[in-house]
Amino acid sequence: MYNFAYHKPKNITEAVNILQNADDAKVLAGGQTLIATMKLRLASPTDIVDLSDIEELATISKTDKGIIIGAMKTHTQVSKSEIIQNNIPSLSYMASQIGDQMVRNQGTIGGSVANNDPAADYPAAIVGLGAKIFTNSREIRGDDFFTGMYETCLNSEEIIVSISFPIPIRSAYVKFKNPASRYAIVGVMVADYGSDVRVAVTGAGNSVFRLEKFEQALSNDFSKDSLSKLTVPTADLIEDMHAGAAYRAHLVKVMAQRAVSDCCSQI
Amino acid sequence: MSISLSIEINGKKQTSKVNANVLLVDFLRDALKLTGTHIGCDTAQCGACTIHINGKAIKSCNILAAQADGTKITTIEGLTTDDKDMHPMQQAFKNHHGLQCGFCTPGMIMSALQIIKNDNDPSDASIREGLEGNLCRCTGYHNIVEAIKAGAKAMQNKG
Ligand SMILES: Cc1cc2nc3c(=O)[nH]c(=O)nc-3n(C[C@H](O)[C@H](O)[C@H](O)COP(=O)(O)OP(=O)(O)OC[C@H]3O[C@@H](n4cnc5c(N)ncnc54)[C@H](O)[C@@H]3O)c2cc1C
Ligand code: FES
Ligand code: FES
Repeated sequence: MYNFAYHKPKNITEAVNILQNADDAKVLAGGQTLIATMKLRLASPTDIVDLSDIEELATISKTDKGIIIGAMKTHTQVSKSEIIQNNIPSLSYMASQIGDQMVRNQGTIGGSVANNDPAADYPAAIVGLGAKIFTNSREIRGDDFFTGMYETCLNSEEIIVSISFPIPIRSAYVKFKNPASRYAIVGVMVADYGSDVRVAVTGAGNSVFRLEKFEQALSNDFSKDSLSKLTVPTADLIEDMHAGAAYRAHLVKVMAQRAVSDCCSQI
Repeated sequence: MSISLSIEINGKKQTSKVNANVLLVDFLRDALKLTGTHIGCDTAQCGACTIHINGKAIKSCNILAAQADGTKITTIEGLTTDDKDMHPMQQAFKNHHGLQCGFCTPGMIMSALQIIKNDNDPSDASIREGLEGNLCRCTGYHNIVEAIKAGAKAMQNKG
């Protein structure tokens, strides 16, 4: 890893100032992806802006918009937060299934979302729960945020401040883990908002996507059986050493049906 | 760039100068000579480098020393004050044959203490789940799980 200038600003304005004035600055959340990237010299920033001292990024609250989670909240904090457990248990469960206990103690929601690993769990929650991402300069719909493999619509001087999740009537996240890394080979979030049912898939494609056909079927009849005749097209799915596209397509349907069953057992 | 670090390490306050790009595990091993914390993979996979920062288990190969500024760190060396003594969890690993070569053991023990912090009477399943980030190439895990259960009991009896 090359050396760099290290900054630990106390507030967002100061952090954005550094990002705007440095040659090639990067923000650092827990470092659970960024450090590895820098060790491999896939990233060699001139400046690192550590967000861990910024209090505004470290809150969880409930408002009329739903649950709002600060970008620096760790996976452990999200999984153990009573506010989240009581309002969106699928989200605390999802956070409890990320990696291992050490990664969960250090990795953050903001870092995971900004990184947009195709096999990460959070993107399924952001899109599946119709979340909104608040940055230092704007508000972005979860549906518009993820633009491709490891790509988002964030610009290099932008910091995720918080993410808001509307509270569904019921929701569930089910993932088929890669047994070595615990990343999702396929992960599916199903959320029922009454008039609106959302089904979001991570791990299977280059980036998270919604399954409109599944959503329509569940809007008409929220049951596992309503998905039994549907299939998942393989054209855009990932084919790699862990799973082929046809297997992933099959897993998407099975995980979606399990998520629907979980939802049905909640009411 | 070099920065100044103030860390409370195993109960002792310590101020040092370190380059910004130094990993915490290298700082502990090379600068502080606390070589009980091991480097197995250097890629956040094996857990041999697990230490506690402010009471939380973290892989020290996957964070910068700079990120630990102002924190309290406990490494395997900090579990007892006397070299002749063993922490109940260390003793349990010894008694239950929870190690063979011992390379993974410091990380296993620091992870075990986090598992017990979350639940002081963990089930086999939750111990195994808690150890997802720790690899052992020798023991096959069975005796590690037994050791952690026994260590948990011993700690309850002690405290
Ligand atoms: C062994 C291991 C197993 C893992 N398993 C899983 C898993 O099963 N599922 C899963 O989803 N993830 C998994 N992860 C990833 C983990 O969830 C981390 O949260 C993720 O890597 C991001 O790390 P971080 O939060 O520390 O962010 P960092 O590594 O610090 O940052 C990641 C990227 O996001 C940018 N960034 C960070 N915060 C912000 C912000 N507020 N605004 C804008 N940009 C920002 C950084 O500049 C960087 O580019 C695993 C990681 C490891 C090491
Ligand atoms: S050396 Fe840190 S996880 Fe392997
Ligand atoms: S005892 Fe040898 S690696 Fe665990």
